[in-house]
Amino acid sequence: MKLLIRNGRVICPASGRDGIADVLIDGGRVSAVGEGLSAPGAEQIDAAGLVVAPGFIDIHVHLREPGFTHAETIASGAKAAAAGGFTTVCCMPNTNPVNDSATVTTYIVEKARREAVVNVFPIGAITKGSEGAELASIGSMVAAGAVAISDDGKPVMNARVIRRAMETARALDIPLIQHCEDLNLSAGGDMHECLDSVRLGIQGIPSAAEDVMVARDIILAELTGVRYHVAHISTRNAVAMVAYARQRGLPVTSEATPHHIALDAGHMRPYDSNYKMKPPLRCQHDVEAVVEGLASGAVDCLATDHAPHAGDDKMQEFERCPFGITGLETALGVSLEVLVHTGRISLPKLIALYTSAPARVIGWKGEQARGALKPGYVGDVTILHPEYPWVYDVKKSFSKSSNTPFNGRTFRGGPIVTIVNGQVVWRAEGFSD
Amino acid sequence: MARGLLGIEELERPEIEEILDRAVAFQAHGGATFAKVNTSTGKMVVNAFFENSTRTRSSFEIAAKRLGADTLAITASGSSVSKGESLVDTLNTLVAMRPSAIVMRHKASGAPHFLSRYLTTPIVNAGDGTHEHPTQALLDARTILDRCGRLEGLRVTIIGDIQHSRVARSNVHLLSRFGVDIVLCGPPSLLPREMAQIASGVTLEYDMRRAVRGADVIMMLRVQLERIHEPAMQAGEYFRFYGLRQEHIELANPDVIVMHPGPMNRGMEISSEVADSQRSMVLNQVENGVPVRMAVLERVLLQ
Repeated sequence: MKLLIRNGRVICPASGRDGIADVLIDGGRVSAVGEGLSAPGAEQIDAAGLVVAPGFIDIHVHLREPGFTHAETIASGAKAAAAGGFTTVCCMPNTNPVNDSATVTTYIVEKARREAVVNVFPIGAITKGSEGAELASIGSMVAAGAVAISDDGKPVMNARVIRRAMETARALDIPLIQHCEDLNLSAGGDMHECLDSVRLGIQGIPSAAEDVMVARDIILAELTGVRYHVAHISTRNAVAMVAYARQRGLPVTSEATPHHIALDAGHMRPYDSNYKMKPPLRCQHDVEAVVEGLASGAVDCLATDHAPHAGDDKMQEFERCPFGITGLETALGVSLEVLVHTGRISLPKLIALYTSAPARVIGWKGEQARGALKPGYVGDVTILHPEYPWVYDVKKSFSKSSNTPFNGRTFRGGPIVTIVNGQVVWRAEGFSD
Repeated sequence: MARGLLGIEELERPEIEEILDRAVAFQAHGGATFAKVNTSTGKMVVNAFFENSTRTRSSFEIAAKRLGADTLAITASGSSVSKGESLVDTLNTLVAMRPSAIVMRHKASGAPHFLSRYLTTPIVNAGDGTHEHPTQALLDARTILDRCGRLEGLRVTIIGDIQHSRVARSNVHLLSRFGVDIVLCGPPSLLPREMAQIASGVTLEYDMRRAVRGADVIMMLRVQLERIHEPAMQAGEYFRFYGLRQEHIELANPDVIVMHPGPMNRGMEISSEVADSQRSMVLNQVENGVPVRMAVLERVLLQ
């Protein structure tokens, strides 16, 4: 089974390639990249006028299965990922039961293999039940397929516990991903602490809640030597501290979400829970710092923190609504708008933020090597158009949830074809080659 | 969407003046009760109070009845809310009974704003969480006008738990529209610095003696001890540093008046000596609640 993608502008940041070329996928792997490739009997896609990139990777999604399948399932979340141009996602462990054991990890891996149209890699919990007290069965989860550990949404407050987890992660050579939020400082908060929160009478979450945990963890990362990754970085100080850690030569990385670079607290529609997430939408100077961090390399990659919630849960008084918004289908449109069309970064750099950079954070190797169009790498390809106009209509979403602030927004540029292991798994409406 | 009243922040000064002027026509004189004017006969007002209230609810009920409207009261404990029904479903049920307006109090900030996006019936906000309490600010302004004859140029000091006070927010927005010199005072943990930018003419003061100096109006806020779920201040410390006593009155303008939205915690935020003095406007405020709410309801019902 061969697939030949012809005449596209092939952009592969990891191999420094940007030019018209053909990509041949054979047996689910990249077989060749070059001009004038011929492959008798191969299925062909004419990508003339389009950009051909390595398959996009999102290392931070919530697929809600097992336990919350009214909001999302592995199958529906994977379809939404494909429709956003993603070929690989890493799913957070805050399911029910929590993914804190090899049993749950195996369940997700098996279920994904049967039902998901994209690659799904579970992230295991750091502590049992993500309760922050006792380490989870980390080695067994990694053996079962977990690629990282995190107690996303329930940050590990106990410094001694996180130190032990870091030592464990280092020995297993997996990254430890922290949702940085000091729970005492953020208690009761529903949005960023700023003039708007005071004006709206909503309890605030200060930037300091993120900053103090990033600071603590960087100190502990130096102590333990762990590959430490800051999830959804959102404050100016956190970006500065991560940059400082990097200067010191520490293996510290971070990700930013599209919504944290597109919106600040001032963009919120008051009391609309489609703008409620953690970390909250911050101030303009924080947005600027995160964008600058992405441009300079201080912030490594983009990740959506796709967090579906059922309509009923989001149709409540603001303070009762759960945190989180969906993001897989709008990620590329939003990031093109904020980063590329404004001239802040180039298109190849944006592609790196979705491909080689997240692949480096996780560290897939050997048969699992991904994030580049190099021979032997997994045959995942995202074909996109950086300019075509389209409107996001949440009613047509593949996600089971519709909690997004971007419904009805017009975007310039987005995914056209998503290819996983050499198979077309999604194609934009109206596009045929 | 039909016009309700969600907050003072979205009102322009002429709209506020119109309500305050109209309220004068409804005020009672001598020993009489409020006149029944019947401008809204045939209308129906639902009072949906999802949080305890005695004075605001009774005041709205009297106001609606004096206008000739029929009223229905729903309270949280007696409603389907206690059976787990969502707020949207509860309100949709009420709307199906075709009221002309819904007066609503809720402990969540923004609850009426959120609902107003889904309902066509106008909503009058009778207090939402720690956000706004627009009719309280209107009746406070009516009370100051009755006594001082103007708002412009006055110095109004608001003292207490500013952070969690919907009364403070609504008053700040209203007084700011009229060029009032507004001083906010309270313990640092209950007086966020951002309050200084919420409207023009606002200054912050953590020292009570400085805050009351030259004040024409001192508004005390109820200290809601049940809201202070963190170590903001010891109760005993509170009265010592932020409780209003006669010594403060002597620092203020000689004609200073003292206001309180009630219910008062005597010995906590205000001494009995001050609360019961001639300067206390507490009962005038309660009385003005009826004509001001008549003006607000009439504006909503007759649109």
